Amino acid sequence: MNMFQPGAHIAPDRGAASTILYLDSVSVSFDGFRALNKLSFYLVPGELRAIIGPNGAGKTTMMDVITGKTRPDSGQVYFDGKVDLTRLDEAAIANLGIGRKFQKPTVFETQSVEDNLRLALKDRRSVAAALFSRTSAAQARRIDELLQIIGLGDQRASLAGLLSHGQKQWLEIGMLLAQEPRLLLVDEPAAGMTDSETATTATMLKDIARERSVVVVEHDMEFVRSLNAKVTVLHEGSVLAEGSMDHVQNHARVIEVYLGR
Amino acid sequence: MRPTGPFLFRALGDVGGTILVVALLAVAVLVPVLNNLPPDSAFFIPNYVVPLAGKYLCFSLLALSVDLVWGFAGILSLGHGAFFALGGYAMGMHLMREIGTRGVYRDPILPDFMVFLNWKELPWYWYGFDSFWFAALMVVVVPGALAFVFGWFAFRSRVTGVYLSIITQALTFALMLAFFRNNFGFGGNNGLTDFKDVLGFNIQAKSTRAALFAMSAIALALGYILCRLLISSRFGRVLIAVRDAESRTRFLGYRVEHYKLFAFVVSAMLAGIAGALYVPQVGIINPREFSPANSIEIVIWVAVGGRGTLWGAAVGAFVVNYGKTYFTGALPEAWLYVLGALFVGVTLFLPKGIAGTAQEWVGKLWTRTAPKQSLAAQPGVVE
Amino acid sequence: MGHTVMIQALGRLGAAAVLCAALLAAFTFVAPAGAQEAAPAAQEKRDVAELLQALAAGPDFTTKIQATHDLALTGDPRLVPILQAALDGNLYARKSDRLVVIGRESGGMLTLTDPLEEKQIGQAPAGDFERATVNNRLRTVLQTALGALQLAHPDPSKRKASADALFKTPSVEMIEPLKIALTHENNGSAKRALAKALAATELQFAETGEARTKAVATLAAYADPDVRALLTGRIGSIAADAPAEQQQLKAAMTSALADIERTLANWQILGNVLQGVSLGSVLLLAAIGLAITFGVMGIINMAHGEMVMLGAYTTYVVQMTFREYLPGGIDWALLVAIPAAFAVSALVGIAMERGIIRFLYGRPLETLLATWGISLVLQQAVRSVFGPTNMKVSSPAWMSGAIDLAGGVVLTYNRIWIVVFALLVFGLLILIQRRSFFGLQMRAVTQNRRMARSMGIRSGWVDALTFGLGSGIAGMAGVALSQIDNVSPNLGQSYIVDSFMVVVFGGVGNLWGTLVGAFGLGIINKFLEPYAGAVLGKIFVLVAIVLFIQWRPRGLFALKGRAVEV
Repeated sequence: MNMFQPGAHIAPDRGAASTILYLDSVSVSFDGFRALNKLSFYLVPGELRAIIGPNGAGKTTMMDVITGKTRPDSGQVYFDGKVDLTRLDEAAIANLGIGRKFQKPTVFETQSVEDNLRLALKDRRSVAAALFSRTSAAQARRIDELLQIIGLGDQRASLAGLLSHGQKQWLEIGMLLAQEPRLLLVDEPAAGMTDSETATTATMLKDIARERSVVVVEHDMEFVRSLNAKVTVLHEGSVLAEGSMDHVQNHARVIEVYLGR
Repeated sequence: MRPTGPFLFRALGDVGGTILVVALLAVAVLVPVLNNLPPDSAFFIPNYVVPLAGKYLCFSLLALSVDLVWGFAGILSLGHGAFFALGGYAMGMHLMREIGTRGVYRDPILPDFMVFLNWKELPWYWYGFDSFWFAALMVVVVPGALAFVFGWFAFRSRVTGVYLSIITQALTFALMLAFFRNNFGFGGNNGLTDFKDVLGFNIQAKSTRAALFAMSAIALALGYILCRLLISSRFGRVLIAVRDAESRTRFLGYRVEHYKLFAFVVSAMLAGIAGALYVPQVGIINPREFSPANSIEIVIWVAVGGRGTLWGAAVGAFVVNYGKTYFTGALPEAWLYVLGALFVGVTLFLPKGIAGTAQEWVGKLWTRTAPKQSLAAQPGVVE
Repeated sequence: MGHTVMIQALGRLGAAAVLCAALLAAFTFVAPAGAQEAAPAAQEKRDVAELLQALAAGPDFTTKIQATHDLALTGDPRLVPILQAALDGNLYARKSDRLVVIGRESGGMLTLTDPLEEKQIGQAPAGDFERATVNNRLRTVLQTALGALQLAHPDPSKRKASADALFKTPSVEMIEPLKIALTHENNGSAKRALAKALAATELQFAETGEARTKAVATLAAYADPDVRALLTGRIGSIAADAPAEQQQLKAAMTSALADIERTLANWQILGNVLQGVSLGSVLLLAAIGLAITFGVMGIINMAHGEMVMLGAYTTYVVQMTFREYLPGGIDWALLVAIPAAFAVSALVGIAMERGIIRFLYGRPLETLLATWGISLVLQQAVRSVFGPTNMKVSSPAWMSGAIDLAGGVVLTYNRIWIVVFALLVFGLLILIQRRSFFGLQMRAVTQNRRMARSMGIRSGWVDALTFGLGSGIAGMAGVALSQIDNVSPNLGQSYIVDSFMVVVFGGVGNLWGTLVGAFGLGIINKFLEPYAGAVLGKIFVLVAIVLFIQWRPRGLFALKGRAVEV
């Protein structure tokens, strides 16, 4: 543990030590609207967690807080039990090993699939490195591997903008893998996919979760069930229920929230 | 993945750029030679054409610098005229010092306008400009430093899109107001003019003009090669990624502001060099070069030529300025109509500009041989 | 009455006494009650005519001086231009019959004015007339007689003006006339001016130190730059080794000056605020249309300034039309110009939106370039039609003039009207946006276009009309700006950078932000000007805004949250 690393702060001992991600009573409001309301939540290393909740429950805001896009008004956010994420910006957080996939697939559309992966590949991110370093043989092999995993080997030279919606989602997952993150945040990976694409995606995510911690935000209940993971239900910016899919689905408040009161 | 072929083509990566560089090197030699033919020769280039064409080449270099930031980093600078003018002023200050005792007031140190304003001493910021090499350094350092400070603030606080455009416009506007002031020490309204020599050569002489023209052509060629190398490195890919999806790039761990800043500073320096070559050829630099309208006009050169193609920007600047010279001579009333229509027409009907459209046609003709890279670099090709 | 006493005093030909008499007579003349005692009008007129003849063509200066005294005694304000003419060398007597006229010479000919009737009576060769000669003594008497007559002018603003003139050039003869005028004066501002002039005169010429100290006390109540200058000058003139009485006076003046400085500083702040408000209202007018097109719709309209310019030219055309066909109503041309300018700019705006901008939605940088192109075309079109020179738009009578607040703060009516107009336009816009059905549709389309469409709102038309509204308001701004700025093809360009600064500073998408931004920038600008000068002040403001945007990239009153990310 390197406590002298800039931005690394020792978290108060509230059980954060053994977690990969630790949020404690985090609040965020926009012009009076409370997007997150004392949200507390943690994840242990290697865990796959699904987050569900109706629109406006605060799912995306939670992702924004973790990745440094939004600063919380109050509360604590720690990564790996020791790094205070509220003090870091997006790039620093990404380089700590937190990858994020957006709700809307965002790949670099005017560049080739291969270049997209190359950009994401774990490497030095400085301007000087980008100007002078070359792609090593090991990196080239890794790109080939990734293309294999996401099934886009044939499209390696085509522009990412020309891919189908599902292929873009996979490319984005491939880019996340290229980053070699320790924690992956995935926002609605199955949105707009066909059934077979959805099934492939679920398999991919489960594969990934074997080596890393993954948080998946999803609307699609069937998809969440197929992940076979612990589920957290968010509502109005706080955790409403947590547990297995069956537990959650039988939870009275959850039913009330989802089916209307 | 690199295209194969002759060395230059391999280095530059696209057909248009290769043609541009070859053509520039050719005119750098040919124009001075043809200018020296007897006037009745069919290939004779009249004297007035040489500095005029040289001026266009400076504008091409300026357009190239704008394309580097606008075409590849998505930074629409409406203040690039400021960097151009600062480079021009740095060169102008040296040329003023080189006048020496040949000014109207025959003061060995002070330029005429300072004597006229009854100044007794050279202001500190004029020190050193008697040395050409110091001035040449300032030509890149001053615009670069301004771009660094401005960009550092702007990119760090994530001012993007039209906001950035508007504040770059405010920047050049403020500089214009400042340079118009007499007590600012840069000649006020009249600017710097009445130059005599550059590096000891008479600035009016035919040979000097030919040399300046050749230098402009070579500077443009080198500037193009530099930009092309930047763009085809991984740095260029990151820059394009920033242009297309800035926050995505950030979540990949890239410090977007550093990349933008680097491109912005390089671009400002290129603009400064363009300004420095421009001043001895037109013989004057004044605060009107800072006017916001000028800076917007640069953007239209790039748009006409083709944003995000580099060589297109250079061609666009040349074509539009040739048109400007022609119209202001033949139909002075009509020029603003033409320029206005150009702005509207290009954005509506030719969003990829001359170069982009040409590449598209070439791409259709030789789908197999045309490298995808050059198409890919264009913004807005895939919507 | 003291009338006769004064006339007896005339024997000594003391100028001051003469003037007091004149003044009293003048008040008699002005006040109907006193007029009863005056000689019958016809008689008097003949007397005046004779006296004028004596003044213009008397045999010697003693006669002339006597005539001046007697003229002053009539107290007739119509004599003011005649005495002035005598001073200026424009009073003539015809050689043939000694007819007295006021004449203006040009090219050997005199343009003649009947002195008492004040009407032109033709031209005549200069050679037929003899100019009334004036020597130094007569000049002094003429000047004091003028001063006294003007102090009794029936128009209070003239009385005030002459008192102000006496304040600036005090003379010992005027002490008594000022005192008399002061007792008769019943107009507030003229009375204050008289008292001020009297105090200034007494400060310089009063015989006793006590009277002078009293004058200082009076002056201390006048916090204006003139009094400050006077006191500063007087303090400087008293040497450190002057007698004790002088030193006392100096101390009194110093403390009075300190009071005045304090009061003036406060007035200065108020003055800056008012000037800032005035500049702010101009900025608001220029920016308010932009707050709609840029702030609400997100369209970068670089031709916004040209919409303002079109409004100003519409004002010019409307005024020309009035001048041609309805000269009597010229004062109301401006009111007609407001809707006309709105219509012209709005129509041009709608044409722009339908013809060009709608194809560029979602591409802000391209929109910026295309609208810049439109701005060039509009400028050149106006230049082709009206020529490149400035057009003259005159101010109606009800907009000219000024209120003179104390402490050297002057408010011109046209500035006040522009502030009022800017606020009215702003209020109207808020009403349209908040209360009208169109405003509702407008907000719906800008917030969620697809949703609005599916609710049956014709989003294309709402876009066009919203853009038309923004442009039309810019046109109305042009009407106001035509009153304070040159109407030229470049009018718009000079406002475009400022307008964007206001909108960006205030916060895009927030009309109240634009209001605060405009007045804030206006006031900051005016507070900087005294220290930095106008140009440098503007540069500071620009740099400050550039820095401000770093700090709050979305302006003072930014919208927060997810809506911004779109």
